[in-house]
Amino acid sequence: MQENNSVGIVAPQTAHFNKPLTLKSGVVLPQFDLVYETYGALNADKSNAVLICHALSGTHHVAGKYNENDKYPGWWDNLVGPNKPLDTNKFFVIGVNNLGGCHGSTGATSINPATNKPWGSQFPVLTVEDWVASQTLLADYLGIQQLAAVVGGSLGGMQALQWTIAYPDRVRHALVIASAPNLTAQNMAFNEVARQAIITDPEFHGGDYYAHGVVPRRGLRIARMLGHITYLSDDAMGAKFGRKLKDGVKYSFDAEFEMESYLRYQGDKFAGEFDANTYLRMTRALDYYDPALPFNNDLTMALSNVKAQFLVVSFTSDWRFSPARSREIVKALLDNECTVSYAEVTAAHGHDAFLMPDAHYHNILRAYLSNIEIGSDNAK
Amino acid sequence: MQNNVKITNIVGEFRQDFAIIANWVKFGSKVLDLGCGDGELLQFLRKSLEVKGYGVEKDDANWLACMKNGSNVIQMDLEDGLSGFEDQSFDTVILSQTLQAMHNTEEIVQEMLRVGREIIVTFPNFGYWRNRIQITGGRMPVSKTLPYQWYDTPNVHLCTINDFDQFCKNHKITILERKVITDGSEVGFMPNLFGNLAMYRLKTS
Repeated sequence: MQENNSVGIVAPQTAHFNKPLTLKSGVVLPQFDLVYETYGALNADKSNAVLICHALSGTHHVAGKYNENDKYPGWWDNLVGPNKPLDTNKFFVIGVNNLGGCHGSTGATSINPATNKPWGSQFPVLTVEDWVASQTLLADYLGIQQLAAVVGGSLGGMQALQWTIAYPDRVRHALVIASAPNLTAQNMAFNEVARQAIITDPEFHGGDYYAHGVVPRRGLRIARMLGHITYLSDDAMGAKFGRKLKDGVKYSFDAEFEMESYLRYQGDKFAGEFDANTYLRMTRALDYYDPALPFNNDLTMALSNVKAQFLVVSFTSDWRFSPARSREIVKALLDNECTVSYAEVTAAHGHDAFLMPDAHYHNILRAYLSNIEIGSDNAK
Repeated sequence: MQNNVKITNIVGEFRQDFAIIANWVKFGSKVLDLGCGDGELLQFLRKSLEVKGYGVEKDDANWLACMKNGSNVIQMDLEDGLSGFEDQSFDTVILSQTLQAMHNTEEIVQEMLRVGREIIVTFPNFGYWRNRIQITGGRMPVSKTLPYQWYDTPNVHLCTINDFDQFCKNHKITILERKVITDGSEVGFMPNLFGNLAMYRLKTS
């Protein structure tokens, strides 16, 4: 049955870019594809476009389903659709798979035209700056000079922030959710453990596992299990699993506790569908992002050219991207007399809260987004 | 003041104390409203004086109401101070009828003076004669400005005009202007007895 506030059946599209892209590392990507989806209609003066930037494991498939029998809709379907907080009756919403992703955009699994083999270990390490640069090319491709808004949670929030820093005239609003102006040492440490799990998997083969017909499943699985622990709060895990046993104590190392079987399930599922090289690069992009670094670690200076208006949102139980980190962004924006609002949502779910359809959280986004003015309002 | 002309056109739909606050705020200036509630004052100041305004509000429902009426609003607890705001970064910092509900009363006033070049503080005058009569009658005052029963009131630091004058003296705070109003009219004679709402414009000495 079709929900009446769903964007319905959607299909991904691919934009091909022939112009070489020079990455922050200096490496030049000769050509690349970006796979994307759009929801709603672009208005006549192209002033109603909203870009959604995904986090670590996200994709371009933000909303809707690919066919009637599709079990799950896009990853932020609770936010995007007709009459939803990000209303596709008003906005033209774009979801994009980041460069280096493993869902259709050019990445390590793609064929390197120079060798006719998968890029594998030779695929460059990317940065948030590179992603945003490539996203501006997608906006050009779609004929959009200025986005009404960029929306992102976590690593996606960093991209939204970077848009306002690097392209101040190309974005009017930024919604930076459950994010941070850089990662703390502890936060990067989780990424390092995740990468070590992958890199030390015997089936990693230095990143060129495609040629061996294997994937570093064990490493990817452990990386994901670790990630899941950090995305939930202690309270949320307690409420969800507590010390519940599946079938009593067996004096074994099987998944006896429900928490264990949850983590194993999540790890297995992820290892079966995600690419390890992409995981390495996504976490590295998180580590490297630090817009204040060239400004002697002064975030206020780093944001001095920002013109966009901001909504910054954090969640009380999020310890991986804590409210204190969002408040740093807010302070730097206030120092620059930018237009900014900040909400600290009381939520039990930890970092994952930004994906949950909490009523107050969604009311916040709805209120902010409905205040955004767009030009000629002749969307369908 | 030049503000008067504009304000009288708009003030009808807003509270009388808003008009006095608006006379103390410069056109186009930068204003921080602490405990901004649903953002009504900020909206008024934005419409009448084109201020660059920000609100601070802890409560979720108020935050949302503020956002809906188009005000910038930062969610934080005033009891924690104003650590996200730089020294002297606002022309005016306002605390409207919230002082009496603060636990860290001294800290918030000092923080306001740190962040604002001028500050505006308003509070219900506990020395108002109607309050005194109720106390004399042996009961805690309940009125339009103090609408709570003793057991459910958020007000923890009620004071009189004389108390606050002394507070300013002790803390070396300069009173630039003081207005006292009752039912929308200014009170000149024995304000601590006949004044219901006290309004102060202050700066550091």
